[in-house]
Amino acid sequence: MPADGAKSILKFEHVSVSFDGVPALEDLSFEVRQGEARIILGAAGSGKTVLLKTALGLQRPDSGSVHLFGQNITRMTERQLFEIRSKIGMLFQEGALFDSLTIAENVAYPLLNQEAIKCPLNEVQHRVKEALHFVELDQTLARFPSELSGGMRRRAAIARAVVTGPPLLLYDSPTAGLDPITAHTIMALIVKERDVANTTTLIVTHRYQDGNLVANFRYNPDNAQLVPVHDNGHGPQSWTRFMVLRDGKLVFEGTQAELEASRDPYISKFRKQGGG
Amino acid sequence: MPGFLVRFLLTIQDFYLLTGRAIRNIFRKPHYTDDIILQMDSIGVGSLLIVVLTGFFSGAVMTLQLARALARWGQKGQVGTAVSITLVRELGPALTALMVAGRNSSGMASELGSMKVTEQIDAMRALGTDPIQKLVTPRLIATCVVLPLLTIIADFVGMFGGYVVAVLLVDVQGRLYWSTAWQALEWNDLTQGLLKPFVFAFVVALVGCYYGLRATGGTQGVGRATTQAVVMASVLIFVLTFFLTRIFTSGLLASTP
Repeated sequence: MPADGAKSILKFEHVSVSFDGVPALEDLSFEVRQGEARIILGAAGSGKTVLLKTALGLQRPDSGSVHLFGQNITRMTERQLFEIRSKIGMLFQEGALFDSLTIAENVAYPLLNQEAIKCPLNEVQHRVKEALHFVELDQTLARFPSELSGGMRRRAAIARAVVTGPPLLLYDSPTAGLDPITAHTIMALIVKERDVANTTTLIVTHRYQDGNLVANFRYNPDNAQLVPVHDNGHGPQSWTRFMVLRDGKLVFEGTQAELEASRDPYISKFRKQGGG
Repeated sequence: MPGFLVRFLLTIQDFYLLTGRAIRNIFRKPHYTDDIILQMDSIGVGSLLIVVLTGFFSGAVMTLQLARALARWGQKGQVGTAVSITLVRELGPALTALMVAGRNSSGMASELGSMKVTEQIDAMRALGTDPIQKLVTPRLIATCVVLPLLTIIADFVGMFGGYVVAVLLVDVQGRLYWSTAWQALEWNDLTQGLLKPFVFAFVVALVGCYYGLRATGGTQGVGRATTQAVVMASVLIFVLTFFLTRIFTSGLLASTP
C-alpha cells in the first residue's frame, strides 16, 4: 500500500515509439508510485506490450524519457541497464521460458546471471524451491517447459519473475490464451505476490475482470484465498489505477469508479466485456 | 534513394554491427565456455558424417573425371596431383563450408529465430544477459575452431576416396597416387586451404545468427529466416572463395608470362 508522497517507481514523459515509421506509442506520460497497482487495458495492437518493453529499456523511445526508480534510463547503455533491470520482474506473454533449460534452471537463471543480485551459490536451490512453492509447482523442478501445460508454464514464468524479490513487477497479458479457471489462478498469484511482497505492479491485459480482481480483492494468508475488500478508502481500490490505451495513445487514466462512469464507447467496451 | 537500396544498406550495417559486437565479446567477460563446447559438439561432431561422406565421394568422382581427361595425354598417373590440389585448395574448404552452412546456419537461424519470436531473447536481456555474448559469440568461436578441422578431415577422406577409385577402377598404382598427391602440395596450397575455412566460419556462424536474431512474425518468420540464412551463407561462400583464390593466385599469374 503506498504511503502519501511515495517514491516514483516508473515515470514516462512524452514517450513516443515507432517501428518503421508506424507509431506504436504516441506522446505517453504517466507515473507509477511505490506500492501502486496499475492496470493497462487495450485492444490487440494498441501498444501494451511495447509500453512494458519500453519501461524495461528493451525498446528505446524515439522521443521523450523513461525514469525507473528516479533514474533516467533513456540514454543508458545495455550494461548499465542490466543493473536497473535486476530490480524488475517481468512476465512475458506466453512466459518466454528458455526451452533448453529445466524449470529449476529457468527459475535460477536471474539469480545466477544478474550481477547486481550476487546470490551465493548455496542459496540458489533454496530460493528456486521457494519461488516454485509460491506458484505451487513444487514437483516440476527437473522438467522442461515443453512438458508442462500452458498454465503451468505461465506459473513457472511468474516464479522466475519473482525469485529475485524485485520491487517492481510487469505482467504482459498474464491471462491471455488461458481457460477461465487457470486465468483466475494466475490472477490470484499476482494479487498474492502484490500483498505478500508489497510490490509495485503493472498489469497489461485486455480483460477487465483481471483489473477488477486486482482492485477489489486481497490475499488472505490464513486460508490462502482471495477475499473481497469493501471500499473504505484504504483498500486496493484507492491504490489501483486504470489506464486505457488506444492505437498507442493514452485515452483514459483514473480509478475504477471513474472508468465505470466513463461514457466513451471504446472504454465502456472493456467494462461491458468484463461485466458478465 | 529507392527503398530496396536503403534496406540493403541497413542490412549490411546491421550485419557489421553484429559482427563487431560478436568479436568484441570474445575479449569480454562473462565467457560462456559450456556453450562453446556444446556448440563445438553440435557443429563439429554433428557434421562429421556428412563431411566424411561428401569428402569421400567428391574425391572419388574427381578421380573418375580427371583420369579420363588425363588419359588423353597419357598422363593418367598424374591423377593424384590434380585431385589433391583441387581438394586442398578449393573443393575441401568450399564443400565442407557448404555442408556445414546447410546444416548449422539453418540450425542457428531456426533456433535463435524461435527464441526471438517467443520473446526468449527479450527475456534474456531482461534477466541480465547479452544475447550476443550468450548465443552468437559461442557459435562463432565454435565454428572458427571446428570448420578448419572438418576441412582437414574432408581433404584426407577425399584423397582416400580418390585413391580407392584410382586403384580399383582407373588402374593407377596406389603408391604412385599417394606420392604424386603428396608432392603436388605446396605451403601456399595449405595456407589457402586453411585460411578459407576460417573465413567461411564467420559466414556460417554470423549469417545464421543474424537471420535468426532478426526473425519476426511467428513460426512463418522462423521458416523464412532459416531459408534466407542458408541461401545467403551458400552464396557468400561461393563469392568469397572466388576472391580469396584470386588473392592467392594473383602473385602466381603475374609471375608467369
